[in-house]
Amino acid sequence: MSWSGAEDLFLSTSLASYLDKKLLVLLRDGRKLLGILRSFDQFANAVLEGACERVIVGDLYCDISLGLYVIRGENVVLIGELDLERDELPPHMISVSPAEIRKAQKAERDATDLKGSMRKRMEFLDLE
Amino acid sequence: MLFFSYFKELVGKEVTVELKNDLAIRGILHSVDQYLNIKLENTRVVDQDKYPHMLSVRNCFIRGSVVRYVQLPPDGVDIDILHDATRREARGG
Repeated sequence: MSWSGAEDLFLSTSLASYLDKKLLVLLRDGRKLLGILRSFDQFANAVLEGACERVIVGDLYCDISLGLYVIRGENVVLIGELDLERDELPPHMISVSPAEIRKAQKAERDATDLKGSMRKRMEFLDLE
Repeated sequence: MLFFSYFKELVGKEVTVELKNDLAIRGILHSVDQYLNIKLENTRVVDQDKYPHMLSVRNCFIRGSVVRYVQLPPDGVDIDILHDATRREARGG
């Protein structure tokens, strides 16, 4: 396989134009990873350097650093180039510690579970 | 290969790509490949408030396997040409 010239590179669908840039990778399970793209292949397997996971719960967020990650392509939904001129998140969002975000995540999960169980208990009412 | 050729014709037009996770992104179709991976430019997310992490994403690569729909501009398709091409392809080229 030969390397294409710089001019085709920006016309192609390959990830080559994103190399060495800071990217946001969305995964199939909803996780958001950020990092610098160092390598990739035709399956969208990707290597991120300085990767971190951005956990968002409501208006709270936290970047949990992960290190060097290889992402298996089948899990990739979208790879976005971050515009460094723009804010990464809306101004009202608040950065919190990993411990706080875990707590918020748990609270959110418990709330969803409760809603689920309430619904189950009410099923005999046959709403709709 | 028909849809690959077809999407290549749409390069430069504005499309909305809806993904299997319900995220819908509008942008200029920059390129497409044989897996129907899509690159969009000048993107904006249709429901921005629900996806705050997408705020600073202007260009993106979408893996073909996660696409549910591609919504096209009304003048994006010449149905007659597509119809002919489909029959030609069904006959084996």
